[in-house]
Amino acid sequence: MNAPHLTRRDFTAGLGGIVLAFSLTPYAGTQEPPRLPGSLQTNRLLSAWLAINADGTATVFTGKVELGQGILTALAQIAAEELDLPLTRVRMIAGDTGRTPNEGQTAGSQSVENSGTALRFAGAEVRAILIDLAAKKFGVAADSLKVTDGVITAADGRKVSYGELAGEVSLKREATGKVRPKASDQHRVVGKSLPRVDLPAKVTGGAAFVQDLRLPGMVHGRVVRPPQYGAQLEAFDEAKVRAMPGVVAVVRDGSFLGVAAEREEQAIKAAEALSASAKWKAGPPLPDPARLYEELKALPTQDTVISSKEAPLVASGAKVLEATYHRPYQAHASIGPSCAVAQLRDGQLTVWTHTQGVFPQRGTIARALSMKPPSIRCIHLEGAGCYGHNGADDVALDAALIARAANGRPVRVQWMRADEFMWEPYGPAMTMQAKGAVADGRIVDWNYDVWSQSHNMRPGDPDGVNLLSSWYMADAKTPGPARQAGPPNFAGDRNAIPTYDLPRQRITHHLIKDNPLRTSALRTLGGYANVFAVESFMDELAAAAGVDPVAFRLAHVKDPREKAVIEAVAKAADWKPGEKGDGTRGRGIGYARYKTVATYNAVIAEVEVDRSSGRIRVSRIWNAVDAGLIISPDGLINQIEGGNIQSASWTLHEQVRFDRNGIRSRDWASYPIMTMPDVPKVETVLLNRPNDRPLGAGEASQGPTVAAIANAFAAATGRRMRDLPFDPARVKAALA
Amino acid sequence: MAINVKVNGAARSVNAEPDAPLLYVLRNDLELNAAKFGCGLSQCGACTVLIDGVPTRSCVTPVGKVGQSEVTTLEGLGTTANLHPLQQAFIDEQAGQCGYCLNGMIMAAKALLDRNPRPTEAQVRDGLAGNLCRCGSHNRIVRAVLRAAQTNGRI
Repeated sequence: MNAPHLTRRDFTAGLGGIVLAFSLTPYAGTQEPPRLPGSLQTNRLLSAWLAINADGTATVFTGKVELGQGILTALAQIAAEELDLPLTRVRMIAGDTGRTPNEGQTAGSQSVENSGTALRFAGAEVRAILIDLAAKKFGVAADSLKVTDGVITAADGRKVSYGELAGEVSLKREATGKVRPKASDQHRVVGKSLPRVDLPAKVTGGAAFVQDLRLPGMVHGRVVRPPQYGAQLEAFDEAKVRAMPGVVAVVRDGSFLGVAAEREEQAIKAAEALSASAKWKAGPPLPDPARLYEELKALPTQDTVISSKEAPLVASGAKVLEATYHRPYQAHASIGPSCAVAQLRDGQLTVWTHTQGVFPQRGTIARALSMKPPSIRCIHLEGAGCYGHNGADDVALDAALIARAANGRPVRVQWMRADEFMWEPYGPAMTMQAKGAVADGRIVDWNYDVWSQSHNMRPGDPDGVNLLSSWYMADAKTPGPARQAGPPNFAGDRNAIPTYDLPRQRITHHLIKDNPLRTSALRTLGGYANVFAVESFMDELAAAAGVDPVAFRLAHVKDPREKAVIEAVAKAADWKPGEKGDGTRGRGIGYARYKTVATYNAVIAEVEVDRSSGRIRVSRIWNAVDAGLIISPDGLINQIEGGNIQSASWTLHEQVRFDRNGIRSRDWASYPIMTMPDVPKVETVLLNRPNDRPLGAGEASQGPTVAAIANAFAAATGRRMRDLPFDPARVKAALA
Repeated sequence: MAINVKVNGAARSVNAEPDAPLLYVLRNDLELNAAKFGCGLSQCGACTVLIDGVPTRSCVTPVGKVGQSEVTTLEGLGTTANLHPLQQAFIDEQAGQCGYCLNGMIMAAKALLDRNPRPTEAQVRDGLAGNLCRCGSHNRIVRAVLRAAQTNGRI
């Protein structure tokens, strides 16, 4: 198989606390360093990104990590392209505080844009350095040399390989950003659908996940969670559990309670016994789910007008519409519960983790445990898909807390299914309120307000400690405050500013400062809910104006690339202007440019509504996508179509159940998701823009998909659903 | 206590209590990675193995109940050097994102194709209805199973 060798971590080698400093040429005085492309700006040495090895391979170091999205394959393609190496000779090292650049979190569809751009420019520059070396060796001009598969050839036939030059080339120098990457018409690896490097291990039982890590002497840990948020541990039967078979440690630190045992099933039994014996002082009540959105809106908020355009209001003849939309708390609901392995030896803590950001995680674990960051090494290994900030970081602290009592033995902790559902940070419940006016087929006024808790309570906060168990330790830490994120990424207000050409608009983000249910980043942050509301409201305005929804959107776009994807999806789906549903079947469109700066994605969905059962079936989905320069067409399709299906599941099925006393979603029966027989057929048209920069696409389709489904339901039935999810009870209420 | 099990054609002896879930014996004693812990509740299918050819949730199967039955795991189907047609088809279709569910998908598909070597698309979807995928790779997985059914009778 033609795939690069994905370096399996050498799990135990080099763990003596090697910390390489990649930073940084200091700039004295007031001189600003030159702006470098992508993440080169913050990790400026070429050696932070690339090494040329004597065996003719190149090693790529990236701070971005594989989350199942295929990013390491895409980044390997970029490096192979610029270096003129075959993909099989590119080795990837990702997410290791001891070895890779610090690129923060792998989140927000930014890896190709940031890490990929850095590797394009670093790769081009390293190739040029190698060619210069060869030119000196041969006494010829650099531009007379050719490179094929890592071998540099002179016009007279003399050859030298990258491997032979490896000992002579030093990459410990700052990137200049001045060597242009290849033009797109020279691409031979980028733009091809190459097989994912991680898949063979995953279909044969190879060691592919942190869950599969087995270290000598390793014990198994489990955590006993409180019955609800904020409950305090008053008593438990420690002696009884210590006497259970295989138990090697019972750890209590304040209200944190954990156990380690020789065997995994022994740890689970011990945790169950601890839980049965534990007495807790109840935590504060949760909101009343029947009045959730009112209660949330009544909490203190930080209000920011994020966009305002003033134009005289067209006074006469305008139709004014108002609508309010809701999105409930929704879970990441990873198929594989969060897992980590930690080992504390001679004051050095090593954590194997599926975090999205090893550096922020290291800093936050250090604060939770009152350690110094250089005493901690966080090494990324894949977990099951996370779709944002789930339990990955929390379980790493759990493993570290238990490892402190394990006498140097590695401790593997995996959350149980109920731990994952009840304690992960959810995507926030949100309210979106729109008021607009339309006259002569044009929107003349647009007011939009969105209320949401924080979408970013990840580790790395400068003030708080955003790790679950740290809030329950005797020396309890507190989470950071909810923060307004601002442009270009935004958060609860992501995609709240439509890209449509509106003469008069006012968009306000109401950031709820409290956290009645624990929330953080779920794929798209507020993008899913805001595109649902904005694009539903677009259809409501189109209907008021008596204009076809596709034509109405085309009348309001100004960017030709937006026009192109909307037209392309209409063509792919054979959209008929003015087409009507038949009472049970209908189609609708949703469009957004993700984050208003990344991938363009237009979606048409077809739904079938069973009016007696209230079940909606999404039968088909069509996409048109412009992600700029496409690195891997199949990888892009996989992300877009996976996002369609995930969004359809969120839309039809998903909400976190709770009552005043605690979370009630604890397994797949109480948090159902879409299953195989109900999955829609999906088709995708890619509009490649080889001369434009690549745009993040990993989260592009969720927003347009929910909107297309909502609009298809309205087309099918003549009724509008504004509260998610569209489950049978809500459907029946809408049709009543 | 010592318990004897037959896994992928080999007789193995492990030191575990009879009520230990087969999943942990496979993963931790026999160091077989494929079967995954997903829920421990027989709801998601990530831990699926075949016991005498029947797809079985190893997370709720006590090792002491396996007896003389033949346990087959994903490792028993093929290796990266010698892939089973289903494994090859999953690679050919790039059928997966995170891949955590793939063990269960392939083992459930194996049992399906053993019963019904030429299933329709609807039969594949129904046959995999009890296996959850969160990344949205469902359609690729269905295509992979159909491809395996078409390309090889040796399933």
